[in-house]
Amino acid sequence: MRVNLHIDGAEAVAEIDRPGESLLSTLRDRLGLTGSKNACEQGECGSCTVLLDGAPVCACLVATAQCEGREVKTVVGAVPRPVRDAFVQCGAVQCGFCTPGLLVAVADLLDREPDPSDPEIREALAGNLCRCTGYEKIIDAVHTAAATLAGEPR
Amino acid sequence: MPDPATTPGPQDRPVAGPAPGRSDTAARIRDGAPQSEKDASSAPDHDAVRPTRGSGRLIGGTGRVPSGTVGQSPIRPESEAKVNGAFDYASDLAFPDMLWGNTLRSPHPRALIRSIDTAAALALPGVAAVLTAADVPGKLHYGLIEADQPVLAPDQVNYQGEPVAIVAAETLDLARRAADLVTVDYEVLEPRCDADEAAAAGEYFRYQPVRIGDPDTAGAAVVVAREYEVGMQDQAPLGPESGVAVPVEGGLVLHVATQWLHSDLDQIAPCLGLEPERLHLSMAGIGGAFGAREDLSVQIHMAMLAMRTGRPVKMMYDRAESFLGHVHRHPARMRYEHGADADGRLVYVKARIVLDGGAYASTTEAVVGNAASLAVGPYNVEHVSVDAWGARTNNPPCGAMRGFGGVQTCFAYESQMDALADALGLDPREIRRRNALARGDKLITGQVVDAYDPDEAPAGQPFSPLRDLLDRFDGIPVPPVPAGRDIVELPGGTGNTTHGEGVRRGVGYGVGLKNICYSEGFDDYSTAHVRLELGGPEHGGEPVAYLHTAAAEVGQGHWNLQQQIARTELGVEHVVLLPNDTRAGSAGSSSASRQSYMTGGAVKAACEAVRELWRDRDLADGPIEATRVFRHRATKPMDPVTGQGESHVQLALCVHRATVDVDVELGLVKVVDLTCVQDVGKALNPVALEGQIHGGTAQGLGLAVMEEIVTDAGRVRNASFTDYLIPTILDMPPMRLRIVENADPDAPYGLRGAGEPPTLSSTPAIVAAIRDATGLPLARVPVRPEHLTVGRPS
Ligand code: FES
Ligand code: FES
Repeated sequence: MRVNLHIDGAEAVAEIDRPGESLLSTLRDRLGLTGSKNACEQGECGSCTVLLDGAPVCACLVATAQCEGREVKTVVGAVPRPVRDAFVQCGAVQCGFCTPGLLVAVADLLDREPDPSDPEIREALAGNLCRCTGYEKIIDAVHTAAATLAGEPR
Repeated sequence: MPDPATTPGPQDRPVAGPAPGRSDTAARIRDGAPQSEKDASSAPDHDAVRPTRGSGRLIGGTGRVPSGTVGQSPIRPESEAKVNGAFDYASDLAFPDMLWGNTLRSPHPRALIRSIDTAAALALPGVAAVLTAADVPGKLHYGLIEADQPVLAPDQVNYQGEPVAIVAAETLDLARRAADLVTVDYEVLEPRCDADEAAAAGEYFRYQPVRIGDPDTAGAAVVVAREYEVGMQDQAPLGPESGVAVPVEGGLVLHVATQWLHSDLDQIAPCLGLEPERLHLSMAGIGGAFGAREDLSVQIHMAMLAMRTGRPVKMMYDRAESFLGHVHRHPARMRYEHGADADGRLVYVKARIVLDGGAYASTTEAVVGNAASLAVGPYNVEHVSVDAWGARTNNPPCGAMRGFGGVQTCFAYESQMDALADALGLDPREIRRRNALARGDKLITGQVVDAYDPDEAPAGQPFSPLRDLLDRFDGIPVPPVPAGRDIVELPGGTGNTTHGEGVRRGVGYGVGLKNICYSEGFDDYSTAHVRLELGGPEHGGEPVAYLHTAAAEVGQGHWNLQQQIARTELGVEHVVLLPNDTRAGSAGSSSASRQSYMTGGAVKAACEAVRELWRDRDLADGPIEATRVFRHRATKPMDPVTGQGESHVQLALCVHRATVDVDVELGLVKVVDLTCVQDVGKALNPVALEGQIHGGTAQGLGLAVMEEIVTDAGRVRNASFTDYLIPTILDMPPMRLRIVENADPDAPYGLRGAGEPPTLSSTPAIVAAIRDATGLPLARVPVRPEHLTVGRPS
């Protein structure tokens, strides 16, 4: 089965041989786009978070077969520069395995809510596990990114 | 020796020595200008004209102080790649013509293997190899301390999940299907799952007593005796176990994500029947470790499959397999008896500690040593009787996890200190102050507490590092209960389970004492090579330092620290890290909070040597290089009968205060604040250090209230992130830190290892706070809702 996708602004064609193949597996194993991570493949960790037609999803829970003609944005295409910079500068990245999924989730949050409170940040990122940071610097990074974005023409 | 340069690589990395200038992600992300300078070609161009700027400036150091030195928090060299998706973790690697491996594991905790039939699996189109114990080319067993773990089970399995057969196929799906087609005829045996029974029956990896004085005749005014239990915790690094074995002329290149490359090499080579020189281990990106990557996982299996098929073979565990495929933190049962005088000063401590090592030795021996030697914590006591066992059972093998034997006993001794304080009506901090070790005092092993600046406390008393930390809480008030709290801030959160009725607040303290570096006479060292040369135009013709070590960057920020040290010692801006591999000398493990001390020490020593040579030479005349092996001070084994001996290198202390809200009707706990005061000797990189304390604290919170691998008759019941819970951002409270720098004059820059201590102290602090809120004794972690509701005093 052939599936046409728009991934991070480029056209891609995936030839899949299993109807249940996940979008994550297609991205990583077929297309070699390993920016999205695979910590659980069960929808529990958020490390595979991508935007599908603008909405955040766990790519491991989405069947590629359902994605014909749809737009996929990964860490490569979904994340404004200030969000990345904030993660780097605030020390929100340790091993970094959770980072691509978190960045996509934060990009989505700041798109919806440009100046989130701590409880809003916690709620929005509750589906993204991080084993290294204890999340403290991730919260710092979200505030920093929000402030930077607020100062930019949108 | 296989030539890695001829190995097809996911990205052609320079392996040893700078490669010709080119755009190379691996080198670029490790290039060292402290800010966000990211040259497209970081490696020097040997043919480029090198502008010299007057040799005087280039002799004996630049005479400048670059930014991004020790004590600052420059941006990590690899962070840009980690935020744009380009950083290659082991699970991201792919090679042309690559096969996928998969492991067939035992469903039984204990069984004899009567026969294995691989015919159906081999007959599946696309399957390239199916291997069993009969195919192991060399030694049949491996292990970190004792080689007792079969590469593949030969005739018996001893834990659920033990590897029995391995398969290589064209795709991961096919490999999994082929593994399912292997038929194993088992004769199921009754597993031994009770660690106490095993220890009593003589089934243990180590027994270590500690004896001082005579606790049986020492009179005490107050005695508390309790039993404690610690559940089996998992490191749960987010990056799955993965790697690729690539056959090359004369041997293999193994791309692995490990905490210690050379220990892997030492274990892998004999099992493959290969000279170590024929293996080249190259570090792949590591998605967290916390002890889980100290033992081998995919390494020998993928190498065997690559040798058999002549093709690159990748292995990657899914989360369920990861839970079965690495060791865990030892569960523990501990019986403690503390006697104190009427002022709360300890008179004696008796402890019986049984750690469940599971089926194979792993690092149990060393974990038992830590548990025994640190069994009473940082407190003075003259009469001690400790017995510690590491039992052998048919439960999952246990080994290294952050805290390494210190976590379990810390929960028990801190709970005991609180129980004594309760019995005497003392403040929890006061009882700890009264018993706190000071400089010149002895641990229960007879080891003298030294290595502290300052020598004297202001009052003329010997300096007590613990008292110092405890006193600092005076200036940090417990957070008040906010008025008009949002419902999501209460226990139960968005579950909307309470409006505040039945919610009680509690506050508790925990103190952790952790040994840093490898103890008990282990020859612990690290190696660093530094080469300084004039850079090409891309470095403005300025000096560039190339660092080569085998030290694992597991997320702690060690690459960054190496660059900071080189900038500090050499005064150069540009520091390039060469990829970590086995061409460098051993760096030892990224564990025991030792890598800043050890590889930091080695890089510092090598840079100092280069700096000395530089005094008499002009860099324009050619590169200057030096290799240095760094060792910490020697330690001694513990006496097998008395436990006495100067067994530890360095001691590090951390104190936590936890504030919790507990819904006593529903048994739900919300940790609302964690305040931490930790002595780090010297903060080499404040941002990374804070990250270590935050992360270590979070893992301690996990053990306190949620994390446990549940086994039933040796079978793991919750091998998934659905059922094994780790703290989410909703579970973590704000963390306030006070970082204290009481330097260790023996250690590089005065530092104390910092990654582990907060993992010790946060657990007992949280449980103490829950006790304070509920009045329940709570002698087991993780604390579950039913522990708070069933049998609750009304
Ligand atoms: S990999 Fe998709 S949620 Fe974990
Ligand atoms: S930084 Fe390692 S899991 Fe988040």
